[in-house]
Amino acid sequence: MPRDVLITGIGTVSALGVGVQPLWDGMCAGRSALGPIRVLDPSGFASRLGGEVQGFAAKDYVPKSYRKAVKVMARDIELAVGAAKVAVDDAGLVTRSHADTPERTPSYEASRMGCHIGAGLISAETLELAAAQATAVGDEPGGAQGEGFSLRHWGTVATSDFTPKGGMDNLPPLWMLKYLPNMLACHVTIIHGCEGPSNTITCAEASSLLSLGESRRVIERGDADLCFSGGAESKLSLMGLIRAEFTGRAAATGDEVDGGAIVRPFDPEAPGTLLAEGGGILILEESHAARARGARCYAKLSGFGAAQSATGYLPTGDDAPAAESEALELAIRSALRDAGVTPGDIQAVSSHALGWPGHDAAELRALRAVFGDRLPSIELITTAPFVGDMGAGHGAVQVAAAALALFHQTLPARLNRGSPPSSVRAESAPTRPAALRHVLVLSSAIGGQNAAAVLSRIV
Amino acid sequence: MSTPRRVVISGMGWVTPLGADVSGVWTRLVRGDNAFGPITRFDASTFATNFAAEVRGFNFGEHVPDPEKHAHAGLSTRFALAAARQAWLQAGLDSHASLDRTRLGMYFGAGEGSLDFANFTRANLAGYDAESRTVKDPAWAAMARQRLSAPVEIEQEPNATLTHLAQEFGVRGPAYNCMTACAASTQAVGEAYELIKRGDADTMLAGGTHSMIHPLGVTGFIRLTAMSTNREDPARASRPFDKDRDGFVMGEGAGVLVLEELGHALSRGATPLAEVAGFGSSADAFRITDIHPDGKGAVAAMLQACRMAGINPREPGADGRPQVHYVSAHGTGTQENDRIETIAVKTLFGPLAPRVPFSSVKSMLGHLIQAAGAVELMTCVQAIRTGVLPPTMNLRNPDPECDLDYVPNAARDCNPQGGVRVCLSNSFGFGGQNNTICVRAYRG
Repeated sequence: MPRDVLITGIGTVSALGVGVQPLWDGMCAGRSALGPIRVLDPSGFASRLGGEVQGFAAKDYVPKSYRKAVKVMARDIELAVGAAKVAVDDAGLVTRSHADTPERTPSYEASRMGCHIGAGLISAETLELAAAQATAVGDEPGGAQGEGFSLRHWGTVATSDFTPKGGMDNLPPLWMLKYLPNMLACHVTIIHGCEGPSNTITCAEASSLLSLGESRRVIERGDADLCFSGGAESKLSLMGLIRAEFTGRAAATGDEVDGGAIVRPFDPEAPGTLLAEGGGILILEESHAARARGARCYAKLSGFGAAQSATGYLPTGDDAPAAESEALELAIRSALRDAGVTPGDIQAVSSHALGWPGHDAAELRALRAVFGDRLPSIELITTAPFVGDMGAGHGAVQVAAAALALFHQTLPARLNRGSPPSSVRAESAPTRPAALRHVLVLSSAIGGQNAAAVLSRIV
Repeated sequence: MSTPRRVVISGMGWVTPLGADVSGVWTRLVRGDNAFGPITRFDASTFATNFAAEVRGFNFGEHVPDPEKHAHAGLSTRFALAAARQAWLQAGLDSHASLDRTRLGMYFGAGEGSLDFANFTRANLAGYDAESRTVKDPAWAAMARQRLSAPVEIEQEPNATLTHLAQEFGVRGPAYNCMTACAASTQAVGEAYELIKRGDADTMLAGGTHSMIHPLGVTGFIRLTAMSTNREDPARASRPFDKDRDGFVMGEGAGVLVLEELGHALSRGATPLAEVAGFGSSADAFRITDIHPDGKGAVAAMLQACRMAGINPREPGADGRPQVHYVSAHGTGTQENDRIETIAVKTLFGPLAPRVPFSSVKSMLGHLIQAAGAVELMTCVQAIRTGVLPPTMNLRNPDPECDLDYVPNAARDCNPQGGVRVCLSNSFGFGGQNNTICVRAYRG
């Protein structure tokens, strides 16, 4: 008996809000949530707009007994923990998180639940680290690292000729655990009681979709019946902003305050994308188990494919080389084959396009190669103009949008203030009903990892 | 139903603190050598742990034909490229021109690149305002833009290692990087094995690479009190299962294996070094900082790996020996890990446990963090190939709670007993990540 995998819960945390309803409502209303960055002072950067999650506090999404642990959660971890909670609620699941009400028995045995959450390179909180480093400044030679910082003063053990200030003791003992990428999944497994396979994929923007592929394989091979799957990241930190500036991905925003006007998928003249924070957790369930508990099913995860670009593209600001689109094309063809469908069966694509021209051009070439003359009839779902670039969390939101479109048989609005080529349906469009059977979701990381998934309507 | 696809190891390579060639390092491990000494990478003289197992004398140019191609690659990526090149050559893939690169994938547990600590610190201090105890973000940005360099920053992304490996070997199949702390490269090899079994690829480069011997990496583990602080005697600081153990010693390096579907390997004339027979993965789902006191997750991972290999760990084999001939311990040398891993091994094997040799090469190599699992799995393959088990060194004061056969202080030749045919390799990570691989001697 094949073990099919269904999406039975969606939890997203994005600039449009917490939970799936604000995301769907915002996209259907054609409302971009991109605006001025407030979480830090962006005036020293060229890119000053982004996608912030407003009014979100992780402590509201964990059981009372776990609130203390929020202290050791970087923003990325908080986003994942929040997304997992809203996904569990959306799926109507009972997990260990409901232990406060013991009459509610968990829906699944702990050993049957897995967890795959993609993550980025988490940036340490600058203030915490800088304040500690400032205590290790001294004039003494040896270990000087600039601005007077001394590694000898950072240490804590006196030597025969030196008494250090002990700077590192100003960091909390568990400091490092706030920033380990696997802590997104670890906190989620602890809160919800998932003792099955758990993994953390770190392939930039492709992380979420690759994680979905991992969850699907784990369920398919029988190692779990349910997985928490997706990704989360915040790029709205000082390191996040400077790195994006170095890669040329973040648009210079000038005096513009409307972020929705900046992010223009597939427009060859687009200025770049806007950074954001967010992500999503999908609840993936084996179909028989899901139906046995009467779960509402959004869509079937019917196919998955992944491929690496052999050129290993690192951004230069130029167009991505041909190998990039060839890799994405290969991932798409693998996903279609895995789902047992052909390009002709696809009605819509949840596009990765971030409004970063070189990168978008690679996606367009792959779409042309797969769909040929039919491409102008394929509808696109573009999330970036609404919520920005959520890094490792981005793919989960793309999947959420695709699953919702299939479930509601509705295509959400598209926003695009630019001029995408007429060969691809990326121009602005209102929300409209659509007969959707199969939707393709695409992700592509700087660094060459590509992934594609096929989501199918449940009939 | 079609016959399950079997997966063999056809090539191996590593860069370790004891050297960068498989047979030389193996000789040193069997001899009980260690690689511990003062940290030379930066001034750690006042650090509670001022020693480590550094990779010394590593010459990248000796390992790759065109090092210029990877001019910006960070240290851990260089380790991975060197290790992968050894594995690639041993597998005979360099002379296999018709290899379908779309059927060649990668699964790595590569760590993040090393932070540009000095310049990052400059930015932090330029931004920090002591009066108000705040960071002035524009001042930070100005210094960061002036001092940080774009290629160095980009190379810190955890997927950068995959990018370089793809450039080097033309990989076009599925590619993943995972970061599950100290369990990462065991998980990577395990999932690579699963991908081949499923048919998603015929050949996978799999393994891990990491260097955390930089100021913030060492700081992080010192604050967690996870590392030995035996500044007086670094050579004996790593003492897994010893009563006086006080933490791990940080190592660095890479381990890369070529995993291949059996028929694919045989059809091109490759020699299987060993067969991957099982993989188990679990989460403790217990606490961020502590291991489950019964080793529940560790037992689940080991049991799953055994089951997949068709082994009942509590039943002796036809020869009367336990069916598992060796367990490569996670064996970090922290009080908690070694005690609980011992409990888990006892739970798994029951009354047979005292007869299953169980050692930790971390007593010689240190803890290679994300690279540890792949390197230790390779020591299992070497044990299978030679019939010799590497020792746990520095085990001088037995701990009553650690009372199994840790192969103390001297390697053991198992050939008189019929050699080493089946091994488990354990890796456990912070946050409760447990992964175990079962490898066995290849029999056609």
